[in-house]
Amino acid sequence: MISIRNVHKRFGDQVVLDGVSIEILPGQTTTIVGPSGVGKSVLLKLIMGILEPEQGEILVGDKNITAASNEAERNSIRQDLGVLFQSAALFDSLTVYQNIAFPLQQRCGHSADEIHDKTRKIITEMNLAPYSNSYPEEISIGLRKRVGMARALITEPKVLLFDEPNTGLDPLVGQEVYDLIDECKKEWHFTGVVISHELPEVFQVSDIVVMLLGGKVIIEASPDDFRNSPMPEVQQFLHGRVDGPIHIQ
Amino acid sequence: MSADAAHVEAKECKSFTQRIEIVGTYILDMVENWGRSWIFLYRTILGVISPPFRPRLIITQLYQIGVQSTLVIALIGVFTGAVLAVQGEYTLSKFGATAFTGSAVALSLIRELGPVLTALMVIGRAGSAITAEVGIMRITEQIDALRSMAVDPMRYLMAPRFVAGLIAVPLLTAIFIVLGIFGGYIVGTGLLGLSSGTFITQMVHAVGTVDVYSGFIKSIVFGFIFGWVSCYKGYTCGFGAVGVNRATTQSVVTASVAVLITDYFLTSILTRLIME
Ligand SMILES: Nc1ncnc2c1ncn2[C@@H]1O[C@H](COP(=O)(O)OP(=O)(O)OP(=O)(O)O)[C@@H](O)[C@H]1O
Ligand SMILES: [Mg+2]
Repeated sequence: MISIRNVHKRFGDQVVLDGVSIEILPGQTTTIVGPSGVGKSVLLKLIMGILEPEQGEILVGDKNITAASNEAERNSIRQDLGVLFQSAALFDSLTVYQNIAFPLQQRCGHSADEIHDKTRKIITEMNLAPYSNSYPEEISIGLRKRVGMARALITEPKVLLFDEPNTGLDPLVGQEVYDLIDECKKEWHFTGVVISHELPEVFQVSDIVVMLLGGKVIIEASPDDFRNSPMPEVQQFLHGRVDGPIHIQ
Repeated sequence: MSADAAHVEAKECKSFTQRIEIVGTYILDMVENWGRSWIFLYRTILGVISPPFRPRLIITQLYQIGVQSTLVIALIGVFTGAVLAVQGEYTLSKFGATAFTGSAVALSLIRELGPVLTALMVIGRAGSAITAEVGIMRITEQIDALRSMAVDPMRYLMAPRFVAGLIAVPLLTAIFIVLGIFGGYIVGTGLLGLSSGTFITQMVHAVGTVDVYSGFIKSIVFGFIFGWVSCYKGYTCGFGAVGVNRATTQSVVTASVAVLITDYFLTSILTRLIME
């Protein structure tokens, strides 16, 4: 469903991604892990076509977003995406309700009633009802993340990109997020990319775990194989040890 | 030549090439920025003329740029007119021509001060706000979020602000001019003892349609500059609070300078056209 092929990305002299290839099959959820600053969020933005790689290509479905020549072409690909940004990126001039309804309002073919019903439904499901008239700056970071998630889910997109869906959430709500991902998966079978630092909790929603290090994919394996990998980098990362081949920058 | 001297020369030489490099980079940056701003303008105009049209967003912006600036524009208009009357009467009294105070006030306001001062005020008040708002949307990834939802930020964010600027600035200019004339009239007839009849008759006699057109054309051009610069500076804002800070300052300075420079050329061209 998503093919990332030999992608290189740099900012000035700083090489962030140095030949990354990942194949994400339809209906699967791939979790991307790796130390801070390794380029996980950058990779997600490359998939959305918000950043452009210097080299390599990214296909979403059968459409090549890196080869799209204009924004209109990229937008037709983005119709299939639902994105949760690491910072939630809620629109601060809109209320929680308006933020969640926004993606539907921007698409043709939805009546006002339908938009209202869907928004209400997801707000109730995610226990956001008490906040629906609040503005983003009035609610906590953890809540903003959940609103961002609701906004990503409301269009029932084919592909969901979650950047750290439960960073900033308490363990109970964090578990709820995993349950929600599971539920949605049963409902409409999306293909997912989840960036997370929550190891090993995130494995419960992962089919494949990919670890980035030094701009490259160092392992792409099922959660079990990942856990049992003999690679010292993987073991160091899993167990949060300071000493090992990964140097904290 | 001693080794020392050679060393110093080499160092100077290096610093000379470095200087050229700095100047070169600066010029290249400037040209690049200039080019980008034109592409930005092109894309904004595309966003304005292609559907879907979003009248509601334009109305929101009209409120923020126009309605919220009305009070300050009105206040400045009245006092500018009043000052013009006092200054005009003083200058004209040297020629025994105080009867023309009304014409002087009206012509200065309509042709020059109305459009320019309104534009400068709107740039300071609403332009800085637009740049800061768009800049914060940029650094908090809200613009990326729009794009990820297949919403074109040019159409959704830029076009409404641009159109609202084009509509609001001429309207505010009209308010400024009318209240300026009112202020001049009150001070002229009330405090300076000019005859109300002369003030009005001379004014009506001196001001032609061409003067009004020329003020109107200026205000449209200034509205255009206002929207272009404040949107562009916000959209291309750098990182963090520092980036927003810099973008806002640059936006106000660039737009104000651009308005004043454009004003000179517009005045020259329009005056020549009127003469012919
Ligand atoms: N727009 C940008 N301009 C310049 N550099 C950038 C930009 N976006 C990201 N970077 C750089 O790219 C590198 C990777 O950033 P990224 O946000 O992808 O890290 P990450 O893996 O998501 O880290 P974290 O786990 O902390 O979120 C960082 O060093 C960052 O400074
Ligand atoms: Mg990140």
